[in-house]
Amino acid sequence: MVRVDGTGKSNSLIQVRGLDKAYRRGGEEIQVLQRLNLDVDKGDFVAFMGPSGSGKTTLLNLLGGLDVPTHGSITVAGDEITHMSGNKLTQWRARHVGFIFQMYNLIPVLTAFQNVELPLLLTKLSKSDRRKHVETALGVVGLTERMNHFPRQLSGGQEQRVAIARAIVADPTFLLCDEPTGDLDRKSADEIMELLEALVGKYSKTILMVTHDPVVAARAHTTLHLEKGVLVEGKTSRESVMAGGAV
Amino acid sequence: MKFSRLILANLFRKKVRLILTIGSFAIALVLFTFLAVVKSAFSRGAEIAGADRLVVVSRIGLMQVMPISHGDKIATIPGVKAVTHNHWFGGVYQDERNFFPQFVIDPENHRKVMTELVVPDDQWNNFLKDRMGAIAGARTAARFHWKVGDRIPIKTTLYGGAAAEFNLDGIYHSERPGGDESQFWLQWKYFDETVPPVLKSTAGWYVVKLNSPDDAVRVAKAIDEKFANSSFETKTETESAFAAGFAKQFGNIELLILSIGGVVFFTLLLVTGNTMAISVRERTSELAVLKAIGFSGRAVLFFVLAESIIIALVGGFIGLALAYLTIPVIGIALTGLLPPLLLSKSLLTLGLGFALLVGAASGLLPGLGAMRMRVVSALRRV
Repeated sequence: MVRVDGTGKSNSLIQVRGLDKAYRRGGEEIQVLQRLNLDVDKGDFVAFMGPSGSGKTTLLNLLGGLDVPTHGSITVAGDEITHMSGNKLTQWRARHVGFIFQMYNLIPVLTAFQNVELPLLLTKLSKSDRRKHVETALGVVGLTERMNHFPRQLSGGQEQRVAIARAIVADPTFLLCDEPTGDLDRKSADEIMELLEALVGKYSKTILMVTHDPVVAARAHTTLHLEKGVLVEGKTSRESVMAGGAV
Repeated sequence: MKFSRLILANLFRKKVRLILTIGSFAIALVLFTFLAVVKSAFSRGAEIAGADRLVVVSRIGLMQVMPISHGDKIATIPGVKAVTHNHWFGGVYQDERNFFPQFVIDPENHRKVMTELVVPDDQWNNFLKDRMGAIAGARTAARFHWKVGDRIPIKTTLYGGAAAEFNLDGIYHSERPGGDESQFWLQWKYFDETVPPVLKSTAGWYVVKLNSPDDAVRVAKAIDEKFANSSFETKTETESAFAAGFAKQFGNIELLILSIGGVVFFTLLLVTGNTMAISVRERTSELAVLKAIGFSGRAVLFFVLAESIIIALVGGFIGLALAYLTIPVIGIALTGLLPPLLLSKSLLTLGLGFALLVGAASGLLPGLGAMRMRVVSALRRV
């Protein structure tokens, strides 16, 4: 269950309270997020929509511990991350967050296998255990046959699937997807969304996704709109699309 | 190491750039090693000089002679174990380019003082009996393919230009590593009989062997005091100080070599530093992703430093191997112009240390930049 009014259960997986984020640009303070509240339960699939500059990616960066808020708190699985030091936050990200980017951001000189293995290099797993985990993750995204291919030898959709395998290989608490289909054609985008839905449905993953595409957002359980730095709870995504497309 | 694949993959990302950077390291290391070897050659005399030996020269200058009687007087000073005298013999063998130092020695005492220069007894005994005898250093003998029994024609440039043929009675070796094996020794008796009257019964310099190195200052002072206010005042110093002063006659070799070495160092630092900076800038987004998925800033710094140090070490090894192969060849080509060029283990270690230092320094700034890079800003640049 996703709530944005700050009245969520205390045991929500992700709990955001009074989140402010302001940037200073040329002496002027720009308020990107204002007193934002959010509760996300385990297994939720949330899409964030909103116009460019509305703060979607900023919110995602804050939730992923890549940026720090001006005010407010973010608690994930009981860990309050807003006051963690840089090193602690890095370790926390390795354990809890899987990132999926619009441009895939694979390391071009590593094979699909080696790219997926990267997060596991930070664990104490043995080489053979790492191999098992990587093969499992690549199996989930359907790319076992391509594990020795380099990114340049893969299509955009396949690259994004490798990126998804990299994001899930260490079994993180939740996944953050920033425009995961933004660079893909419709067919590949559908395949990626099917994969994300499967991760939520079959593996109970929690996914928070930023997208501009209402069709993609419709695949999420809930779509939230960011307007002037404030989250607005909308209809479920499927209802929005059924009702006429744009949310 | 589990990160080695990532480091190696990044290293081979741009093969041409990698080869050129390693090549620049290798060439710089060859140059660095050559300069270090030349510097070491000039300072080796001072480094290997006997701690228990003094050199006595005329106070006026090295080319001024002193009476041969000074030797007996020096020998009476407490703390002196033995005294020998030498003379410079500026001779030419076949061609002026075939330079090697020729000394007129005092056969009676030379062995007592220059104990590290060893001649087999039978050869030495033949030399003692032979007025026209000569002993050559092993290096000079090998250079001109001389063997014991050969007759060596030498034309002197100093004492009337007479030419004479000497009998090569023996070949000496130095027991000290890096010792001078290029000298050519002649009999003082022959010399004293043939020089103009003004040079008869004179010595160019004395070498004094002490009972103990601790006596060096006291004995040196006593020698100079003994001949103070005489017609032939002396200047006595340790063999090490004498050798260092002799090397300085060639100019400030050390400053010259250090200056060139400094230029090599900074040029290499700029080249490799720039290469590493470009390499890091090209993969800003990849490094940002690594940090996003949980690699620490220190890990990113480690990756960049590891790359630059591997490049430096590989380039360094290649450069040192090239130096190891080429310096003996260059040394032979420059025989007579430079002291023997010896590439010691300590110089090889120094070269490797130099490569390591440049490698670490060139990777440090780009690495620190990557370590401090904000992930959000870096990802936004993609």
